Amino acid sequence: MKIGIIDYGMGNIKSITNAVNHLNHTASLLTNPDSINDYDFLILPGVGAFSEAMSKLNETGMNHAIIDCVKNGKKILGICLGMQLLFAKSYEFGETTGLGLVEGDVVPFDKEIALKVPHMGWNEAIATDNYFKDLSGDYYFVHSYYCLPKKKEVTLFLTNYGINFCSAINLNSQIYGVQFHPEKSQHLGMNLLKRILV
Amino acid sequence: MLTKRIIPCLDIKEGRTVKGINFKNLVDAGDPVELASYYSDQGADELVFLDISATAEKRKTFAALVRKIAQKINIPFTVGGGIASVAEARTLLLAGADKISINSAAIRNPTLIKELSEAFGGQCVVVAIDAKKVDDTWRVYSVGGAKPTSLNLFTWAKEVVKLGAGEILFTSMDNDGTKQGFANKALLQLSKTVNVPIIASGGAGEIAHFTETFRTSGADAALAASVFHFNQITIPQLKKELHTQGIAIRKTP
Repeated sequence: MKIGIIDYGMGNIKSITNAVNHLNHTASLLTNPDSINDYDFLILPGVGAFSEAMSKLNETGMNHAIIDCVKNGKKILGICLGMQLLFAKSYEFGETTGLGLVEGDVVPFDKEIALKVPHMGWNEAIATDNYFKDLSGDYYFVHSYYCLPKKKEVTLFLTNYGINFCSAINLNSQIYGVQFHPEKSQHLGMNLLKRILV
Repeated sequence: MLTKRIIPCLDIKEGRTVKGINFKNLVDAGDPVELASYYSDQGADELVFLDISATAEKRKTFAALVRKIAQKINIPFTVGGGIASVAEARTLLLAGADKISINSAAIRNPTLIKELSEAFGGQCVVVAIDAKKVDDTWRVYSVGGAKPTSLNLFTWAKEVVKLGAGEILFTSMDNDGTKQGFANKALLQLSKTVNVPIIASGGAGEIAHFTETFRTSGADAALAASVFHFNQITIPQLKKELHTQGIAIRKTP
């Protein structure tokens, strides 16, 4: 399968490229929207700040290209910040509009919970869907904000960090998002990527 | 539940793994890529690579090594050693490292922490602090523990977090190389002082030291080198025992 990894200068894309290649797919880096239609599956990676990421996507017109592709039925997987960008709005350093492919917000961990932020390390993600049940387990997380989908049924995995939060989403087996890093989560992560990238 | 992390640390000099006992007497302990892959298979939760060659020429070799490591393993890893600019950090992150660790450069130029965290996000900025107890206060040392500074561990830790550090790697020089256990009291105080994850380093000699630090110090991760490199503790054995003792750890196949 031809997989287009969106390269907009935010974070470690080397690892996701390595992971996709290991799964015998062909990974290409997309720095502009020109050839985006040639790919079967898009991956939106990313670490860093939400607003900076959105302005980089907006600069190259990648934002509209992604939205159009997905509206026309193309599959997409957002990883970490990439998952958050799929949502309508983030409250990181003020309010920023996201791609809006998923209804809901991106919000900070409540300081009242008194856990360390960032939520960093291996934590359990539990599948809410039978098809993914065998892939419940410890994944590697690094983030300070989490996604709050408007519709409960889009939640694919739940993780506990002071609260139960949505650590992965699945909309109609077309739009996927994972808050953790499957490309850094060893065998379990590779198996999850294998299940999603079809 | 968020699990406690076990982190083998590999000191790298000119492409090979070494470990300084008390920061001296370097002993060769293998090929970094092979060792990384071995530890990853054994169930290490994360790895740290410190380049102690630290000349500009040799650091180019390090970036090439980081690229090879990233192709071989799929667990997170941190790289450090002589990184003093955003450009140098970018080279290593683009090579596939997940986090960069800075120490002396942050002491010389604290603004670097802010620049790095603005450029890449605080989650990939680890500030390493070497300290030892001098006249009842924890004093920070730079240049690999060789040079005393006027900084206090806790004040400095607060400052680096304010500047954007996402994690602190604290090495107690008093404990390092002794194999008598981690500096749990200082770690606990550190954990109460700042709200970012803390990696305990220096003093691991037996499995009980890991159990003790996770029970008592508030540390989120424990780092060790020689006990792993010389096979005094194996990671599967360590994780099994931690699990038995009721410490949350990642189950690995």
